[in-house]
Amino acid sequence: MPSATLLGQSVLSGIFIGSLYGLLGLGLSLSWGMLRQVNLAHFALAFLGGYVTYQLAAVAQVDPFVTLAITVPAFFALGMALHWFLGRFSVTLLNTLLVTFGLTSIIEAGIQWFWTADFHRMESAYAAARWKLGPLFFSLPDLITLGFALALSLGMWGVLRFTDMGKAIRATTEDAPIAAAFGVNEKLLGYLVSGVAAAVAAVAGLCLALSHTLAPVQIYAWMGVVFAAVMMGGLGSPIGPLVAGIVIGVSEAVTMAVTAPTWAPLVSFSLLIGLLLFRPARF
Amino acid sequence: MKTTLAACAAVLCALPFAGLPAFYETFLYLLLHAIVLATSWNVLSGYSGYFSFGHGAFFGVGVYTTAALAGQRGWHFLWTLPLAALAATLLGVALGAVVFRVRALRGELFALLTLAITFVLSTIALNTVDGGPGIQVMVDIPKIAPTPSGALYLLMLTAAALTLWTAYAMYHSRFGTGLFAIRDDEDVAEVMGVPTYRFKLAAFAISCALAGLAGGIHAVFVSYVTVAETFSIALAVNVVLMAALGGTRHWLGPAVGAVVITVLLYAFTSGEAAVAGRALSGLILIIVIVAMPEGILGQLLKRFRKAPPKRAPLAPSRAAPRSRQEASGELLLEVRGVAKAFKGVQALAGVDLEVRRGEILGLVGPNGSGKSTLINVVSGHYAAEGGSIRFEGKELVGLPAHRIARAGIARTYQIPRPFPQLTVLQNVALPPMFGQVVMHRARAEEEAWRWLEFTHLGDKAHRYPGELNLHQRKFLELARALASRPKLLFLDEVLSGLTPAEMDAALRLIRAIRDQGATIVFVEHVMRAVMELTDRVVVLTFGKAIAHGVPAEVMRRPDVVQAYLGTAHA
Repeated sequence: MPSATLLGQSVLSGIFIGSLYGLLGLGLSLSWGMLRQVNLAHFALAFLGGYVTYQLAAVAQVDPFVTLAITVPAFFALGMALHWFLGRFSVTLLNTLLVTFGLTSIIEAGIQWFWTADFHRMESAYAAARWKLGPLFFSLPDLITLGFALALSLGMWGVLRFTDMGKAIRATTEDAPIAAAFGVNEKLLGYLVSGVAAAVAAVAGLCLALSHTLAPVQIYAWMGVVFAAVMMGGLGSPIGPLVAGIVIGVSEAVTMAVTAPTWAPLVSFSLLIGLLLFRPARF
Repeated sequence: MKTTLAACAAVLCALPFAGLPAFYETFLYLLLHAIVLATSWNVLSGYSGYFSFGHGAFFGVGVYTTAALAGQRGWHFLWTLPLAALAATLLGVALGAVVFRVRALRGELFALLTLAITFVLSTIALNTVDGGPGIQVMVDIPKIAPTPSGALYLLMLTAAALTLWTAYAMYHSRFGTGLFAIRDDEDVAEVMGVPTYRFKLAAFAISCALAGLAGGIHAVFVSYVTVAETFSIALAVNVVLMAALGGTRHWLGPAVGAVVITVLLYAFTSGEAAVAGRALSGLILIIVIVAMPEGILGQLLKRFRKAPPKRAPLAPSRAAPRSRQEASGELLLEVRGVAKAFKGVQALAGVDLEVRRGEILGLVGPNGSGKSTLINVVSGHYAAEGGSIRFEGKELVGLPAHRIARAGIARTYQIPRPFPQLTVLQNVALPPMFGQVVMHRARAEEEAWRWLEFTHLGDKAHRYPGELNLHQRKFLELARALASRPKLLFLDEVLSGLTPAEMDAALRLIRAIRDQGATIVFVEHVMRAVMELTDRVVVLTFGKAIAHGVPAEVMRRPDVVQAYLGTAHA
């Protein structure tokens, strides 16, 4: 049995990695729940965001946070373009999975061509900052990730819950033709949601670049676990992926501390399989 | 045709003995390997529509079975191959036995589940058999060819021949027809008599066995297996890509796609080009999905399809196979106290109902009174929550829908639910293949033609249901229900939505059905038809049968009038 300090540090790192799962899952959950699109390319977009941030920060010496001014609008546009494409060819739900996988391959190849298959680590003033609180370590990039995840998830929840636009989006999710019949501009809202989902990927990309090494193959490493978080949290739910992500992150980190690190993936995927088998009607 | 095939087989078998450079054998091996994987994926996923992203997992189980037994324990390589197939099959069957029972686990949820299975298996393999560094598989390759690569090529050639033959045989069998019906509309397929659960499980088992076999051979081909290479998502997705590119609705489609993709990837193998190759395959995937939903082969077949053979109309005598049975008074169906609730709404609250052989029973009642639910319960689509349903003395409650269909009960749907991707003829030929007497396709089509003539759809036989108008689709529903020669037929509002002229045609048809001796339960709102056709009526309201008897008398009873029109206030 590991020591209390190790367990405490494990739980803490679980919370931080879980917040990144939540942040990645947020965009996925929005587009799946509201637009009925399973966007695998979301992960590739997040990594593209990470690489662009890396390029601007490490090479052009821009402050990582300032890069958001470029990546967020650009990704918003990308999200809208993707939505246009999927809508133009009326791609079915299952086929969005295949089409966005194709897109993932293209983006991955693009990243590999421009930045090579090597690992990249962004050096910045933020990355080095870390504090000790009692026996536990905190690092600034992790706190930034948690902050973004909380702010965006809660903000999204607030918009959906309290604004007229949020109400219109929720109505469209339930029944698009009926919502349209009551005067909701569901086409415009679709573009908006898709754009926002991609913009969140840009933010997730910044967090990835701050706290993780970047490599094209890593795109696939996140897929399974984030899907588990999204499905556990409930499709279309803005808070769910974050909560589920933290639950998964903590259970993975504790599993790693108690047994060998290589067993960690078993936790999230067993959770996902159990959820699919016992609560399939939720999706 | 046969001689060409034999010649091709002979050339392919003789290839390793021609003394070609090993490069050709290796390339052809990879080509065949791709064909086996794509085709074996397709017999489950393409045929039944259960898209799996976990084919890599079953392939991986095969790889690791051979690697562990031949590579680590020193077993003879050939002996491990059946075991590799068996291990993958057992895993697939165990998984399918659980997964296929969950009704909602279809489409993208099944895809994600199989994706998750891949990760779970790879984690288990990494931590147990493999241990981390990978397994060296250096074994004696049987000397069936001058070189080891030639021998492996011959083994994979055998596997490919077996796989293609399996896919071909399934495609042309009753089994394949059932799977294609599942792909189009699983619930209807079950109600039409297709044992969906068993078929899906069998298709999954076959798919896994072939993938496991390919895995066993491949373990020796790569000679060093690692978890990362074996259980890769890229493999699973490449397989889907190949099948989708070639066409998932044809037995040969995935093989065509496999050849195209393998040649393509081979053209871009080195360094920089490999990246371009990956981007290109992604682009192809997107283009195929949006522009060629039926794949290359599907598209070609569509373009060059021969005009379907015209058929002479059948002699009318053959269209009237049975003479009118008089209502014998013998009890055919007995429903006692059947209940069904949906989240607290009591749709059926203890319904009692009797249907006598040879009669037309009208089942009437206001909207929401439970008429359609009753049909759904009797036909087995919903499970009854109490009570008993006896058909010819046999209890039906608890039986799966396909067994009820096989007992001789058929139904139509109020909103027609034809199998959209089967032709009108194939739609009607399906129930006879799974009915009381199991028929081969040719006999079933013969039967289908008869009912198409009967419903005046003969000239639409080779069209798809989407090309029919509403009243033709309603007639298609009728033809499909009749084709299995049911003892008891439920007609669920066949007249709704028809124009008066179309309604007259439909009434003539129903009368003709009655004259052939079927027992009919006729659910209808059109009172003229009810009064004209039925021998007896039962009135349903709030999930209970409140009245039964001769139509003219029952419809005058005050409680029946009240149920339809509400209480009089004047």
